[in-house]
Amino acid sequence: MAFKQVTSPHAHGAKSTANVMKLVVLATIPGLVALTWHFGWGSLINVVLACLTAVISEALVLKIRKRPLAFYLGDYSAVVTAVLLGLALPPLCPWWVVVIGTVFSVVIAKQLFGGLGYNPFNPAMVGYVVLLISFPVQMTTWITPLALLPEGISHPDFIESLRLVFSSLAPVDGVTGATPLDSFKHTSGVTVDQIYQKDSLFSQAMFAGVGWEWVNLGFLAGGIIMLSNRLFTWHGPVAMLATLALMSLIFWDSGSSQSPGSMMMHLFSGASMMGAFFILTDPVSSTVSNRGRLVYGALIGFLVYIIRAWGNYPDAIAFAVLLANFCAPFIDNYTLPRTYGHTDRRKATERSED
Amino acid sequence: MRQTWVTPGGVHPPENKLQSVTQPIGSLPIPEKLVVPLGQHIGAPAIACVKLGDKVLKGQKIADPAGTVSVAIHAPTSGTVSAIEARPIAHSSGMEALCIEISTDGKDQWIALQGIADFEHTTPKALLSIITDAGIAGMGGAGFPTAVKLNPGFHRPIDTLIVNATECEPYITADDALIRERAEEIIEGIRILSHTLGNPSNILIGIEDNKPEAIQALEPHTKDTGINVVSFPTKYPSGGEKQLIYILTGKELPSGQIPADIGIVCVNIGTTYAIKRAVVEGEPLVSRVTTMTGEACEINRNYDVLIGTPVSHMLEHNKFDAEKCSRVIMGGPMMGFSLTSKDIPIVKTSNCLLAPSVEEIPHNEPAQPCIRCGMCAEACPASLLPQQLLWYSQAKDHDRLQSHNLFDCIECGACSYVCPSNIPLVQHYRSSKSDIKKAEEEKIKSAQARERFEFRQQRIEQADKEREAKRAARREAALEAKKTAAPNSAADIVAAAQARTAAKQLSPEQEQAKLERAVSSAEMRVQKAQDKFDAAVASEEPEDKIKILSAALSGAQQKLEKAKTRLAEQSN
Repeated sequence: MAFKQVTSPHAHGAKSTANVMKLVVLATIPGLVALTWHFGWGSLINVVLACLTAVISEALVLKIRKRPLAFYLGDYSAVVTAVLLGLALPPLCPWWVVVIGTVFSVVIAKQLFGGLGYNPFNPAMVGYVVLLISFPVQMTTWITPLALLPEGISHPDFIESLRLVFSSLAPVDGVTGATPLDSFKHTSGVTVDQIYQKDSLFSQAMFAGVGWEWVNLGFLAGGIIMLSNRLFTWHGPVAMLATLALMSLIFWDSGSSQSPGSMMMHLFSGASMMGAFFILTDPVSSTVSNRGRLVYGALIGFLVYIIRAWGNYPDAIAFAVLLANFCAPFIDNYTLPRTYGHTDRRKATERSED
Repeated sequence: MRQTWVTPGGVHPPENKLQSVTQPIGSLPIPEKLVVPLGQHIGAPAIACVKLGDKVLKGQKIADPAGTVSVAIHAPTSGTVSAIEARPIAHSSGMEALCIEISTDGKDQWIALQGIADFEHTTPKALLSIITDAGIAGMGGAGFPTAVKLNPGFHRPIDTLIVNATECEPYITADDALIRERAEEIIEGIRILSHTLGNPSNILIGIEDNKPEAIQALEPHTKDTGINVVSFPTKYPSGGEKQLIYILTGKELPSGQIPADIGIVCVNIGTTYAIKRAVVEGEPLVSRVTTMTGEACEINRNYDVLIGTPVSHMLEHNKFDAEKCSRVIMGGPMMGFSLTSKDIPIVKTSNCLLAPSVEEIPHNEPAQPCIRCGMCAEACPASLLPQQLLWYSQAKDHDRLQSHNLFDCIECGACSYVCPSNIPLVQHYRSSKSDIKKAEEEKIKSAQARERFEFRQQRIEQADKEREAKRAARREAALEAKKTAAPNSAADIVAAAQARTAAKQLSPEQEQAKLERAVSSAEMRVQKAQDKFDAAVASEEPEDKIKILSAALSGAQQKLEKAKTRLAEQSN
């Protein structure tokens, strides 16, 4: 049928939502490799387990909602949520932690709000926060990086890792250890220099904590891949990292015993890079304009630092992102771009004058 | 090298221009029938001035302009008027409109043409009327009557004439081919334009850098003419009027204004050629260069096509394969509209007929949910937020749509082009725009109705008031009449009453005398009653009569007593 009514434009670019999502998943590979290299098989198991759970629970909800399965599963959004949650969870955490977190992310935080595109909060971070509050012990048991394992002890091999995950047993002592942010949170009365000398997590590190710096570099690389593919603009991540850096410079306190830690440690420890490039760039729950993303990113960097330095939690990406999700519509109201032919920016809620 | 400015956003779709410029501009055999719509321009459709069965010559006027914003229509070739009726026309809605059908005689016989060799000594006014009578309307796509554009009025002095040779839509090469082959005539046309506008100080031909042959062709003719050929990097939609103005001058056209408000007139380059033909040769606009392209046609090239040529005629002569074709588009792949019938004619604004294969332009994929990725906002040349506009379009939130400047959307389609979720964004905006316009019209209508109602209320009130006033006036008059007889005010009335009482008041001596008189008269009446009573008793009158007389006697005696008491009081 050559003569039919179709609306313009007729040409279409090559990008598709499924491809965008797939590229996000691929961009996590450097980070995942670094995690697996330094912390064992746990993260990979988390990711795979979360993906399976996500796809199954998404399919079930779609069935209940009477939506075509292939069309909606084909957007890979559930997989992206699962991969991000799997990467954020501690390696070798019990299987049910992963499953509960994923089901919560996909079913409660996303599908119950209407599915892809309608969730006001970042689904992976909702799942993460639910787990962190409900199961603090499992959620704060991290693995010792490869380089710091005591003589004669190694990370459990793949089969052993699976056994640990599915039997819900904690890994043996010596394999578990604190993260750099934990170390700063839980030591008091010592200067930064003393921590750096005493704690091998820092003394053997390049600039931010053994293993962790590589993980963060991995996610930074993934972020650069996505940026160069124009999956998002630089505004959010750069604003977040810059604010975090600025805050840690201002409150560096010349490394006294009160200092919350150096700029490099804050940028390259914990989930900083993953948060900057994979979490706050979730377009659905973030602000819409470039100016809005600057404010949104800066707000997250600010909150992350405040919670890390003076809050109860050693890391804070999840809380900061969720709090900023709340603010996104408000920020949007004041950050509309200036349209061609207009001298002023308008407010989203501005009424037409009549 | 003149400075150019860079617009925000924009996209780079595959250009696909080469396939249609390998051959020079060709011509097609005259079709058996031409269908010439009366409304090919923005404004009022022309009014037919021929009758069924009339013989017409090529270039003969067949419809007069209706009012100022309108242009004439001419017979594209010689033949007979065989129908004047509604036919499907080139419109995105696939609607029908009044057309004149001409059965051609194949002779292609011109009317006698009368050109002006020396336009520089012709008044702009005369040139404008030639342009209107030659049926010239913007040939870039919108079809705005050119003479109206060239007559911005004294309050809008023009300092810049922009000739739009951007041709930023993929596939289209009509302007490119025209410039390559007829640059000299184009420059002549620009000089005529410049003359009608009072020789503006800047004359700029804006052209994308993907047309080096065209730029080269213009060069020898623009030397020492003051006409600047300005090339700039290829990007869609640089050819939008607002975008081109910014690229060439760095000025933004304020929202809701026309270019003339900031001293600019913007004309398509194809139009300048038509103006030259009309003024110098006296030829009305009866044909145009149209690109026939797309993989579903074996031959891709530009043609000098008679206005009114049915699309089917063009397709046939270029070995069209309907099986391969995904849709037939009039215009380019970004802003063109699909045709619903092969009988639709080529009109003055038809710069391209695109018959792409399914591989070139696949069938539309179903839309996925918007994930607000913001690629549309990055592509938007007007710095809008298309993703927000979509949400508010779906929610029919007219206030938010307005505050997000929906009406600054030029419908270029860049947002839909990049949308990874295949959402037909532009269609949502078009629909919302017409919804808002409709709502506003209704608002005006209801405001008028309210006004009428209020006027009526006011009139009724006014009438009531007038009646009341008349009544009051009558009352007033009556009162006035009374007043001349009666005292004027309350104080007067009291004074008058007092005067009356005072007048009645007697002096004590008079009073004494009066009472004494009363006593003596009462005594007399008692005496009379006594005599009557005595006589009656003596003559043995009936008892009841004696009783009456006795009562009268005692009454008289009482009155006497009373008078005596009063007299006593007075004396004291």
